[in-house]
Amino acid sequence: MSFAGVMGAAFNLNHPAHTVDWHFIHLSVANVVVIGLMFLVFLLAILLPFPGAAGRRAARRNGGAS
Amino acid sequence: MSFLGPKDDTQPWKGRYAPYDLIKELSIAVGVITLLAVLLTVLLSSPDETPSTLGQWSHQLPADFATTAAKELDETSPTAEYGPPYNHNSGSVQHFLFLHPQRWLGVSHPINTADDYVIKPLETVPNDEALRGALAEYKAAPEKQKKGWSEAYAKPLEEYATAVEEKKPPPSTVSVNSSTGTVTVRASGAGPVPTMMRSLLALAQSGGLDGSLLTSKNFFQTDYTKPLLLMSDGGLLAERAEEQHLLGKQWGLMNETGSFPGQPWLWLYSLWYQVEPMKTSPNADIQVLLIMGVLSLAFICIPFIPIVNRLPRWIPIYKLIWREHYRSLPQPPVPS
Amino acid sequence: MSSVGPPPATARSKSWTVKVREGGVAALPPEKLLPDGQPTYVASWIYVFGVASIASLIVIIGSGSILALKGPAWWHDTGVGHFFNSIHLWSVELFFFAMVVHLWGKYWMAAWRGGRGRVWVTGAVTFLVAIPAALTGYVSQQNFDAQWIATQAKDAMNSVGAGAFFNLTNFGQMYSYHVLLLPVAVVLLVGAHVLLVRRHGVVPPFELEKKLPAAASAGAETDGPPPSSTGATS
Repeated sequence: MSFAGVMGAAFNLNHPAHTVDWHFIHLSVANVVVIGLMFLVFLLAILLPFPGAAGRRAARRNGGAS
Repeated sequence: MSFLGPKDDTQPWKGRYAPYDLIKELSIAVGVITLLAVLLTVLLSSPDETPSTLGQWSHQLPADFATTAAKELDETSPTAEYGPPYNHNSGSVQHFLFLHPQRWLGVSHPINTADDYVIKPLETVPNDEALRGALAEYKAAPEKQKKGWSEAYAKPLEEYATAVEEKKPPPSTVSVNSSTGTVTVRASGAGPVPTMMRSLLALAQSGGLDGSLLTSKNFFQTDYTKPLLLMSDGGLLAERAEEQHLLGKQWGLMNETGSFPGQPWLWLYSLWYQVEPMKTSPNADIQVLLIMGVLSLAFICIPFIPIVNRLPRWIPIYKLIWREHYRSLPQPPVPS
Repeated sequence: MSSVGPPPATARSKSWTVKVREGGVAALPPEKLLPDGQPTYVASWIYVFGVASIASLIVIIGSGSILALKGPAWWHDTGVGHFFNSIHLWSVELFFFAMVVHLWGKYWMAAWRGGRGRVWVTGAVTFLVAIPAALTGYVSQQNFDAQWIATQAKDAMNSVGAGAFFNLTNFGQMYSYHVLLLPVAVVLLVGAHVLLVRRHGVVPPFELEKKLPAAASAGAETDGPPPSSTGATS
C-alpha cells in the first residue's frame, strides 16, 4: 500500500460526499464540478483563439496582395 | 431524407488546405491525456470501499440478519417474492401497457429462498444432532405447518425491526446481545425453526454461509447472484449506501463512493426516477428505460429530426467556431 | 496448376479479395486515410476533443490491459495495482468528458451535413455503448460499490427482460463483457467513425449567404499545401 500511500493521497476523497441540493435535484459536489468543467471547457474551446489560425489568415491576406 | 429535413446544400470543400500532421496530433493527445490521468491519480487516487460479506453483516446486524433469514424461510423476502428471472412470483415484476418483457423472458436464474438460503446451507453443518433433528422435523412437516412455524418465528423479529426503525423500545420477545452477536427469539409455536435459525446465524458468523451459497457442482465460482440477493434483502448494504449518497432517491446512480466524481453522463437517466409518475411507480424501471430508449434513438437520429437539426443554424454558435474562416472570406459576412 | 506472373484479368475480377481491396482503396485512398493537410476552416480548439476522446480510449485500454494482465483482484492488494486502477478510472472520466464536449461541438456545427449522417450515427452509438462498458467495469470492481451497483441496477435490467441474459450479479459474466465484448464493440465503432470522418472529410462551415460559394471557391486557385484531400466525393 506504500506506493498508493505516497502517490495517491494528495487530497483524500474517501469521505462521504457533500451534495448540492436544489428542489428535487441532489448532486454530489464532485459531479457538479465535472459538469461545470464540461461547460467551461466547451466555452473556452469555442472562444479562445486557436494558435496559428490568425497568423495563417494574415499570411494568406499578404500572399493574396502580393 | 428531404421530406424530413431542410435541403442540405453542403458542398465538398474546394478551398484551401493547411499543413496538418494527424499522427503527431494523436501522439500529443495521448501524451496529454496520460499526463492528466497520472496527475489526477496522484492528486486524487481512486475509491475502494471494502465489500460487505454475509459474515460481517451477521456480526454487525445480527437481528437484521435473523429477520431477513426468517423471511427467506417463509418466502416473504423481496427476493422470494421477486418474480422472473428468479422465481414465478410477481413482487418485482414490471410492465408497460401490454409489454411484459420480464415475464416473457422467464425464470433464468432460479432461486428458492427457503431451500437455497436456509435448508441447503444448514445441511452442510456437521456434527449437530439438535440441528439434524430440527431439519428432519421441518422437512417432514406439511407446507401449512412449515408456514405456521416460520411465521411464528418471524413475527417478533419484524416487531423488533419496526420498533428499532421507529426508535421505540423493542419488544421483550427478542433480545440481542451485540457483544456475542446472538439473537434470542421467544416465539411460541415456532417448532424447529428457532434451532435452525440459531445454527444459520452461527454458520453465517463463521463465514460458512458466504462459501456455501457459492458452492454448486462446480469448483470455480464466478456467479454471486445468490449471496448478493440475500444481502440486499437485508439492511446492511442500504445502510452503507445511504451514508455514501448512493440511494436512488439521492440520485445515487450517478454517484461514486466517497467524494469522487461518479457517472455524470447518467444525469438524464437518473433524473427520470425523481419525477412523477416514475418516482412512485412500481414500474419505474421499465418506464425510465423505455423513455431513455426512445431518447437514445432520437439522439442517434438527430441529423434527421426536423427543427432539432436546424437549431445549429438558427443559434449561430457556428459563427464563433468558424470565425477565422468567415473573417478570411473576401466579402464581409452579412448576418443571415 | 500455378503459372508464372499475375493471374489473368478475368480471374482477378472475380476475386473477393481484389474487390475488397479495390473498393477499400477507392473509398479511402492512402492520402485521404492519413491526410497531411486539413481545410483551413479547421482552426478551433473545439476540434481537439475528438482526438482527445480517442487518446483517452487508448489510455483506458492501456491501463485496463495492465489490470487484466494481473487479474481482477490485484489492484486491491498492491499500491501499483491501485495506481493503475486510478489511471483507469480517471481516463474513463476524461473519455466521457472529451466525448461530451466533442458531441456538443459537432452538434452546433451540424456536422452531419453533406452526407455525413453515418458519422453522427456511429459517434452517437459509440457514446451509448460506452455506458454499459463503464457499468460492467463498475460491477467488476469487487468492492462495496460493485455490490451496491449490481444489486440496484439488476432491477432495471430485469424489468425489460435483459436480466435473463445480462446478469449484473454474475461477476464472471460482467468481467467478460467488460474486458472483451464491450471494448471490442467500442473500438470497432470508433474505428468506423474515424474511417467515415476520413472518407467524408471534416464538415465545411455553414455558408453565410448565397454570394459566398463563388468567393470561397476562388480560394482554391491560390497557393497552400498540396490539397491531398480535395476532390472528395462525399
